This record gives sequence, C-alpha cells and structure tokens, in this order.
Amino acid sequence: MKERKFTHPYIPNSYPEVQKQMMDEIGIDSIYDLFSEIPEELRFKGKMEIPEPILSEASLVRHMEKILSRNQTVNEFVSFLGAGCYQHYVPAICDEIASRSEFLTAYAGEPYEDHGRFQALFEYQSMMGELLDMDVCNVPTYDWCQAAATALRMAGRITGRKKVLVSKNVNPQRLSAIENYCYPVMEVILVDYCSETGCLNLSDLEEKIACDVGAIYFENPNYFGLIETSGQRVADIVHANGSLLVVGVDPITLGVLAPPSQYGADIAVGDVQTLGIHMNYGGGMAGFIASQDREEFVAEYPSRLFGIAHTEVPGEWGFGDVFYDRTSFAKREEGKEFVGTAAALWGITAGVYLALMGPYGMEEIGKTVMQKSLYAAKEIGKLKGVRVNDFGGCFFKEFLVNFDGTGLAVRDINESLREKGILGGKDLSLEFPELGETALYCVTEVHTEEDILALCRGLDQAIQELKEVGSK
Amino acid sequence: MKDGRSYLRRNFHQAKWDEPIIFELSKPGQRGILVPQPEEEIQKGAGRPWEELPDGMRRRSLPDLPQLPQIEVLRHYLRLSQGVLGADINIEIGQGTCTMKYSPKVNEKFAASPKIQDIHPLQHHETVQGVLEIIYKTDLFLRQISGLDRFSFQPGGGSQASFAMASIIRAYHKARGEENQRDEIITTIFSHPSNAAAAAVKGFKVITIYPDEHGFPDFQALKSAVSERTAGLMITNPEDTGVFNPRIKEFTEMVHKAGGLCGYDQANANGILGLTRAKEAGFDMCFFNLHKTFSSPHGCGGPGAGALGVTKELEQFLPVPVVEFDGDRYVLNYDLANSIGKVKMFYGNIPAVVRAYMWIVSLGEEGLKEAAKVAVLNSNYLLTKIKDIRGVEVPYAPGKHRFEQVRYSWAPLTEETGITTEDVQRRMCDFGLHYWTSHHPWIVPEPFTLEPTESASKQDLDEYVEALKEISSEAYENPEIVRRAPHRSVVHKICDDQFDDPEKWAITWRAYVKKHLS
Repeated sequence: MKERKFTHPYIPNSYPEVQKQMMDEIGIDSIYDLFSEIPEELRFKGKMEIPEPILSEASLVRHMEKILSRNQTVNEFVSFLGAGCYQHYVPAICDEIASRSEFLTAYAGEPYEDHGRFQALFEYQSMMGELLDMDVCNVPTYDWCQAAATALRMAGRITGRKKVLVSKNVNPQRLSAIENYCYPVMEVILVDYCSETGCLNLSDLEEKIACDVGAIYFENPNYFGLIETSGQRVADIVHANGSLLVVGVDPITLGVLAPPSQYGADIAVGDVQTLGIHMNYGGGMAGFIASQDREEFVAEYPSRLFGIAHTEVPGEWGFGDVFYDRTSFAKREEGKEFVGTAAALWGITAGVYLALMGPYGMEEIGKTVMQKSLYAAKEIGKLKGVRVNDFGGCFFKEFLVNFDGTGLAVRDINESLREKGILGGKDLSLEFPELGETALYCVTEVHTEEDILALCRGLDQAIQELKEVGSK
Repeated sequence: MKDGRSYLRRNFHQAKWDEPIIFELSKPGQRGILVPQPEEEIQKGAGRPWEELPDGMRRRSLPDLPQLPQIEVLRHYLRLSQGVLGADINIEIGQGTCTMKYSPKVNEKFAASPKIQDIHPLQHHETVQGVLEIIYKTDLFLRQISGLDRFSFQPGGGSQASFAMASIIRAYHKARGEENQRDEIITTIFSHPSNAAAAAVKGFKVITIYPDEHGFPDFQALKSAVSERTAGLMITNPEDTGVFNPRIKEFTEMVHKAGGLCGYDQANANGILGLTRAKEAGFDMCFFNLHKTFSSPHGCGGPGAGALGVTKELEQFLPVPVVEFDGDRYVLNYDLANSIGKVKMFYGNIPAVVRAYMWIVSLGEEGLKEAAKVAVLNSNYLLTKIKDIRGVEVPYAPGKHRFEQVRYSWAPLTEETGITTEDVQRRMCDFGLHYWTSHHPWIVPEPFTLEPTESASKQDLDEYVEALKEISSEAYENPEIVRRAPHRSVVHKICDDQFDDPEKWAITWRAYVKKHLS
C-alpha cells in the first residue's frame, strides 16, 4: 500500500487532493508559484534548526509536563513575594469566564456579533469607575507601567507642559518604563522621599515644582508598602501650580483606602492583576487609567473607551467606541500615542471579580489584608536583630523588614528560607541601598496564621544557621 | 454547494438574551464570594489598623458595586459570552492583518496550568527552570525563523513592540551622538498604524510612503525621503494589502546607506514563515505577534505578545532582562550596556510564549513552512473566487498573486447600489460570520481585508465566499435588507450619534445615570 502523507490537524488544506483542486481553480501548478514576488536572493533555502515536530497531542502533553515539572509554584512554598505582582485568591468563576472560548478567542469584532465583549468591558469600566469614584475608565492597557506613563503624557498634553515630577518611592520597574516612555518628549524629574517617613517629601516637591511642570506622580501605597500621608496637601500644591496630580493605586486596597479622586487626583492609574488574575510569572498585568468625565481629559486617552447607547429597537442596549477619532487606529501618528492589542481579557476578568466581591467583599478583603500583614509585621519584629517598618506609618499589605541587626544579607536569608519551603520578601538592597539589608514582605488574604508563624520560625532558624556558619 | 445544498447558514441566529447591565441586576445583601477571615489570634494581635489610617486616606463610603449571588454573576457573564463570536466558533477569516488562526486547546491546558499561572516573577531562578527553558527555546526558534540573533518577549503586543523598536532606534543614535540630527522615521501607508504612531510617541517625525502605480511601496518616494535626518525605517512586508514588496532589500540598503536602522513589523509573517526572513531582507530588528502568527488566542484584544528580535549589534539595547543559558542553568540577565530599560513589568505575557512554544514544536520546520504555504494558498483561492463577485474590485498589482491576505474593495458596489462596506459588515453577522473593514485611512475605498490563515478548510472558504456573494445579490436586488442589518445578531443597528458628543457620551454606568437618567 502506498504510504499516505498525513494531514496536520491544524492545517486542513495540507491534504494533497484538496490542494490540487484549489491550485486548479487559481490556475497554478505549484504552491511555490504564489511566491514568485519573493526575489531569488531573498528566498530562504536553508533549514531552520527547529526540532522534529511532536505530532501527537499525547506526546506533546508528556513533553510539556516534563518541562513544567521544573517549575515550582507558590503553592509548593509559602510565598511572601510582592513588589508589583501579587498572590491573591482567584475565584473559580474568574477562571471559568477568562477561559470561555468566546472571550478567549474573540478579537476585534463589531458591537453586534461581539456585543458581549463590549458589554463586559463597559461593565468593567463602570465597576472600576465605582471603585475609583471616577466617571471615565479605559479598556485596559498593557500594565500599570504603561498606564502611569500614558497618564503623564496625557497630563503633558492637557497642560501643554514638558516636565513631570515622579516620587522616588515608586516601583523602580515602573520608573524605568515611565522614563523610557517619556523620553525625549517629556523630562522626568525625581522627587525625594522623606528619610523620616518614607513618604513623598513635600519640601522637595515644593522646591521642584515650577510653571513648566505638567504633573506629579506618586503611588499609594508606595513601593515601601506605606500609605502616603499627605494626598490632599500634594494635590493642593500641584493644583495651585496649574499642574495635574496622577496617582497610582492597587485597586484591591480601595474597599478601605480612599480612592485618589477623593484626595484630589486628576488621573488614577494602576494594575488590575490583583482583581482575580493569576500572577502568570508576571504575565497577568493589565493597566487602568481613570479620570473625571471632562472633554479635555477624554480627548487625550490613547486607549479604547467603550460607551453605552441605544439601538433602533427600544429597550436594547448597544455599545461602541467613544471619540474614536482621537486614536491611532483612526489617525495614525496624528492620534493620541498608540493603541493596539493590550490586555482586554484581564479587564473582563477583573469585572467578574468586582461583581463577585461587591462593596462588602472589597471592604472585607481590605480589612483582612491589613490585619494579616500587620500581624505578620508584629511577629517578625519580635525576632532579634530584625526591624520591621522602620519608617513607621500605616501600610496595606507590604512592609519593609530590615536585617542589619543580624549582620546578614537578605540574599543569604532568602536562600536559607527557600530550603525551608518559604519564599522570603523581595531583596531591596540593590534598588534602595540606603535602606541597608532590607526586604519587602507581602502578606495577603491567602496567608494563614500558621503561614505567618512558619515564616517567623523559618526566619529565626535561618538567622541562627547563617550566624553559626559565619562564626565558624 | 455540496450535493446541491448551500453552505450558507440562512437560519443562523446568535444568542440574544437582552441581558441587563450588571448594575441593573444588583440586589442588596447578596454576596458572590466570601473573603477568608483572619484567625482570632490575628484579629487580637492586629486590632483595627484601618482606624489608624492617615487623615483623608480612609474610604468614606463603600464603592457602589453591584451585589449579586454567585450563580447570577456566572449566568450574566455566560450570557454575555454567548453574545461574542469568537474565533473558536465562527469561520474567522474576516479579520485581515490579525491572523486569526486556530489556537490549539491543548496549548491552553498548559498556558492556564498552575505551573504557569501560579509562579511569581521574582522567584529564584532555580525554582522556575521550566518556564525559563520555554522562553529561551522560543527565543532560539524565533532566531531561526527570522535569522536575527536575540529576542525579548517583554512587549505586550505588536504596538508595544513597535514602540520598543522606536526606542531602540533612538537609543542607538544617542549612543553614536547622532540623536538630535536623526529625527525622522519612514513607514508606508499599508504598514500598521502603530508603526507611525509609536514613532511619533518617541519624538520622531513620521514620513509615510504611498504605493506606486503598481501597488508596491514607491521606491522613488523612499529615495527622496532618506537623508542625514533619517533615523530608521519601520514597515510591514507583505503589506496589509497582501502585496509583497520585492524591492525590500533595496529599501533597507537605502536606509542603511543614509545611516538609519531598519525595523520589520512582522505582523504579516504568517505567509512567509521559513520562506523568506528578516535577516536576508536586511533588517536590524523585527517583531512577531505571538497572538497572531504563533497561535496564542487574541483574548478580546490581549493579552498578546510582541516578540522583539534584534541583530547582535543591537542586543545591548534590548529591554531588560533577557534569558540566558549557561550550559547548566537558565538565568535572567539584567546587564545590557545600553538597555532602553523596561517597556513592560517583568518579562512579558508569559502564557503567550508557552503557547507559541507548543505551536512551534507541534509543527516543526516543515510544518511551519506548510502553514505558510497553505495560508497563502487559501488566500489566493479566496481571491480567485471573490474577484468575480459583482461589486468587488481588487486594487493594486493586477493579475499578481497575493500573500496571506488581500485588501478588497466594494467601491463598484457602493457606487451602483449605495451599499457600503459597513453595511456588508453588519449583514455578515446574520450569517454567523465575522467581517472587518480595514484600518483607516481608507486609501482603498470601501475596503475589506480577508486573511484565511492555514486553519480554514476549502469548505470554510466556500461558505464565506457564498455569504459575500449572497450579500452582493441582495445589495443589487433588495438593498434594504442589507442597509437595515443586522437582523439575526445580538442587537440591532446602534444609534451611535452620542459617542462623539461630550454631553451625551457615557463611558461608565454612573456617567450614564448622571447624563441620561437623572
């Protein structure tokens, strides 16, 4: 029997008889005739070094299981890592909706056959609006980095000014992205944090603010986990100067913490990863930008903004793009920055999360996280040579732990903790050397009393062991 | 037609639930999920820390979020999902430039497994060797496919990858002391709008090349555009019209001679995988959309991934970190001399990289080429059928074959019947088919762009063509049915006059309530 070439399950028309029929219709003898526009010298005639295909799905599964067995998840440890990506509980329904074929595989359909996509994202915008106490929120951009950077560029266009002030106690990764995104059109000037409180230094702000400053940006809680103390005062200083206030927030804090609009922020930004989205090795980020409903603000958003409307049939809701002509889809380089595929699915998922949580869930999770993290800080602070939250002040879920009194390095302590099944807090000694051997610990609603006590025991042991090794 | 029976789904009707806005469903006191309460010891030890919050930092009243029981949240979103015609459900060939190919379900199983979902990006590299291996090997595969030397997966989509390319172009000239002199980026009108837009964000002046009389990017126009001010070229090839620029090498040579860099937007790579590469065409950089060419699903508009590749010379400018293999262990390297820094948090949309890896290893080198060949075969088969439909024309490069997509025009139909491409778009919904017009500006009048990819069968293509043919006949014989469409979609024709009116637009429910209900 003649051996038959198989048809790849992903490529139906690799079936030779069908290919022949189609070529006859087109009027060609070989598929290669279709590529005649590629000049000879550009045709790739070599062989790509790509392994022989794993053709059966069963074998592919085995292959992947083997590779991924070399990942250890946070579930295999007790993790206290945060610093921009957070382990919160993801409700089952968030996963259910995020993995629905319809949402997962749709893209850019019209508000007719993709009505559900428009409605789900409009509702996401709306629930974020409630959480942030603002009337405009975008379809998500890539992440908080992009949201903050875009908000500053928006502020630059709204005010017609070319400088922005950024607090030094923001997440350094975000600062890097903001600096790259602003350069060379806008200048980023750093404002110190107060060495006493760890919060934005108001006198440095007053010194640096000037008539060419379009906006100031700080994060709340800041990178040290601290809740900034003087939001409204900053807003007053900034507004008196004709500048705008842009504040970055973690939305999961907002059942308890005041949203930035309530202390004078003009634009609020942040990331919805904490709202029902897995960490995904940092791939679960999605940025929001929100503001009041003023034309001069709405006109500067690069993102899509879905609006609600009626249809020709009474009682039917319809949706569409608000002020589409501001976007680069409509105007290319004349549009506002650029828009493209970003993180819509995570917006839908965050909407599901907020709908599940409701007002009381958001309040409770805020309170629970604050209690658990404070308890953890207090317990860790009992360890000899370990200082917690040196700056004092309130924090939400993250706090600084300083090990200078032990004479040990965070790096070594974390190494030792890992052997004990614990992922210690992020080492800040490179990013903020002025803080000494300090780590940023994160505690959320997923942690139990036992987890926290296990961490304390682990830290205690690690310190003892490392000291013993050191003294030998 | 099969055995005399039409493929057309004349009785299709999408699910229509008349689903209220979620706020309309709210019932006080209902809870969708409960939060774990702190143990007694914690409550005792911590007290009520929210009462210690600084002045003005405590929320005064709870957010007015909807309150629903769990089943109603689920039901609401499942109903909404039924009002979405995803690529798994319809014959998804109507969204040209976007490569809506099949996203294999087995890939989803791993992208959404705890082994990927539940790892923190700051875990020690010893604990994440699996994912680092996947990132590193996908980098190796893309090096083979492009001929370039190193990839970063940090950009979250094609537009952000365009932005990263523009950033590298600027950083490169800065390092050579020519930053201020070189302030122009050249693109073509049939390259994705984000190439022009991202270059402008990076402070460049944008020069746009239009097609010559044969439909190819105008070489003479390029010649007069390049100068000592040229910073770089950022273009697509094949272009969004499906036309491959055969003089692409001359384009890159011309720009190089002027001292600029060449960045290749490979959003349209699906028809050329393994057949022609960025390297041989003279590009210094390129990016692939993993959510297009490499099968990661589009997620209603992301998360996607723009895999950004560069030559050895430009490696030093990539966003940090990149993944290295020391022969034993995979590690993250933050030490690049002239890195543009971060464009996105952490390392990018990693689940998309996992899917791309799985897609590539399930095809191998022959399979990748086969995918490209069949994508182009499918596209030209459609072209053969569609150019004969009454009211359609195919501008540019007459008689030439196209690559993986074709930009068509309904200009004759509009002229003869008044039916526009947007009318056709709404009518296609009635047959359960997605159809997109094109990016603006509409240089091609009344455009539509079809890209069947390798995933469509001949029968799928025939069904799509039959629907277009049917609508063309309707336009000539019974245009009202097209003009009033859709009839069997989720909703009827939307009154869109308030989307551009600041007094009336409503971007959130609360804004709608304020503007229209009070």
